Amino acid sequence: MRKHALLLYALAYLAFLYVPVLVLPIFSFNDSQFIAFPLAGFTTRWYARLGADTAMLHALGNSLKVGMATALLSTLLGLLAARAVTRYRLRGTHAALGFISLPLFIPDIVLGISLLLMLGAIGLPLSLGAVVLGHLLVCVPFAITVLVARFEGFDRDLEEASADLGEDGWMTFWRVTFPLILPGILASLLLTFITSFDEFLVAYFLSGTEPTLPVYIWGQLRFPERLPMVLALGAIILAVSVALVALAEYVRNAGVKKPMVGA
Amino acid sequence: MAYLSIRQVSKAFGGPPVVDAVDLEVPQGRFFALLGPSGCGKTTLLRMIAGFETPDSGTIAIDGEVMNAIPPHLRPTNMVFQSYAIFPHLSVFDNIAYGLRKLRLPKNELKARVEAMLATVRLEGLSGRGAGQLSGGQRQRVALARALVRQPKLLLLDEPLAALDKRLREAMQVELRQLQRQVGITFLMVTHDQEEALSLADQVAVMNNGKILQVASPRELYERPNCREVADFIGEINFFHATVKAVDGDRVTVNGGLLGVVALPRANILFDAAVGDALLLAIRPEDIGFADAGLAGTLAASTFLGETTLFQVQVAGRSDPIVVSNYFDPPSKDVHLNFPPDMLIGLPES
Repeated sequence: MRKHALLLYALAYLAFLYVPVLVLPIFSFNDSQFIAFPLAGFTTRWYARLGADTAMLHALGNSLKVGMATALLSTLLGLLAARAVTRYRLRGTHAALGFISLPLFIPDIVLGISLLLMLGAIGLPLSLGAVVLGHLLVCVPFAITVLVARFEGFDRDLEEASADLGEDGWMTFWRVTFPLILPGILASLLLTFITSFDEFLVAYFLSGTEPTLPVYIWGQLRFPERLPMVLALGAIILAVSVALVALAEYVRNAGVKKPMVGA
Repeated sequence: MAYLSIRQVSKAFGGPPVVDAVDLEVPQGRFFALLGPSGCGKTTLLRMIAGFETPDSGTIAIDGEVMNAIPPHLRPTNMVFQSYAIFPHLSVFDNIAYGLRKLRLPKNELKARVEAMLATVRLEGLSGRGAGQLSGGQRQRVALARALVRQPKLLLLDEPLAALDKRLREAMQVELRQLQRQVGITFLMVTHDQEEALSLADQVAVMNNGKILQVASPRELYERPNCREVADFIGEINFFHATVKAVDGDRVTVNGGLLGVVALPRANILFDAAVGDALLLAIRPEDIGFADAGLAGTLAASTFLGETTLFQVQVAGRSDPIVVSNYFDPPSKDVHLNFPPDMLIGLPES
């Protein structure tokens, strides 16, 4: 009896999580402009029309650019920070890590408005570059967390062994450290890219005249006749996001299963 | 001129010195062991020789060249790490070839050198294996091969056998000894295992609290320790407080408390003793005999060790039992102990 109740609860919870999300792909194939049951019939025309929407494609291009720049920069910064906190005993490491993670707990709307005011105050124009800077605030903590875990997982003796065998710091990094933390780097790139790609509020405030994809979609919601196309776009983003996160997790775990220490 | 020469080297990590004004000379081509309990500073000393730590003061020279300012990757030393530190992302071949990159050898020559090294450590046919597919003993061989293939002036071994189980450890002891003779490279091993140090090394330095207490051959360390700490650390030993009564010719007469008045050879007194000095008489368990007469005691416990048995004998007027080793059990629990004067050694008190 109790077992059944628990199963029911679990199913209800899963439904609560995923049914709303599933509405999106379902209506994206619905042959009607109106989002209402009963479904009118199957069509792929909303997807076909997406391909012809140059403004949307431009916004997609902006998002990809911002996402890739954010992923590369935050992973690079995360790499340096993670190496420093795991390899050296520095004063204030704990406090520094805390402050770096703080933007994760600041509401995005507050973050967005503060950045907007700040840019105005120092006279920087709103642009995709500004969006990248904003996204770095949110993504660097993710990158550090993923990479610190990876650095902590491997035996320091390996780097010393490399030095002992005649390689300087730079070559040791390329021959030992980098290959061993590569799964962490890939996971960090994927996670930060997704975070940036999906981010709306900071981008809304900072993108100016060059909307990213989420900002563009938000703009489209004012036009009821375009809603099915937005749903189709949302369904694609959903599928790609899930695939990327799954890939990131897979890469991270694949790396963890391999032996990490020399013992 | 010693091959490795350490002069007045000290190192502290923000507390009392871990290595305290150490002087040490290691001759070329020998197997040298640095023996001491954990925390005595031996590993720190080894890491300073490898270049992973910098001495606060003093100099370290190898083959006449001062090493203090030379970073680890440029030193003529190679190390076998306690964890072995085998690169997990590389095959056995690539692990061993790792340190040969700078030589820019032609491919077939590199292969020949690695294969020859594999044969030396008896790992033929395993060159394609990944690090994850090796047993503990194989990992140790890879670590040795990887270090030796560079033909270092000095091979440093940090507790090389500690991670292996007892049987494998004993087999590897023999192999390590043979390997050193075969390659002729100077080995400097750090260990806390006195049996390992005594059976492997030509010379042993005993270290405690950051200081070197004695440097000697294994036999000398066992038979003529220069202080109580060394005697205590190497094997079992019994101590008796005594005072010097007379020094005449080649004999020294001492008042040995429970042992009575004994005259021992002057050569057995391992310090400059004068009449009236306090001294510590020491004797190994195997040098004490059961006899019909002598110091009376009762058998308190015995430990069968296979070849011999270790007996704890309680005697009146002494709290610690006297440890005696013998092949045969004494006929009764009431025993008499015989202390041959020539087997007693005299150490400085304290």
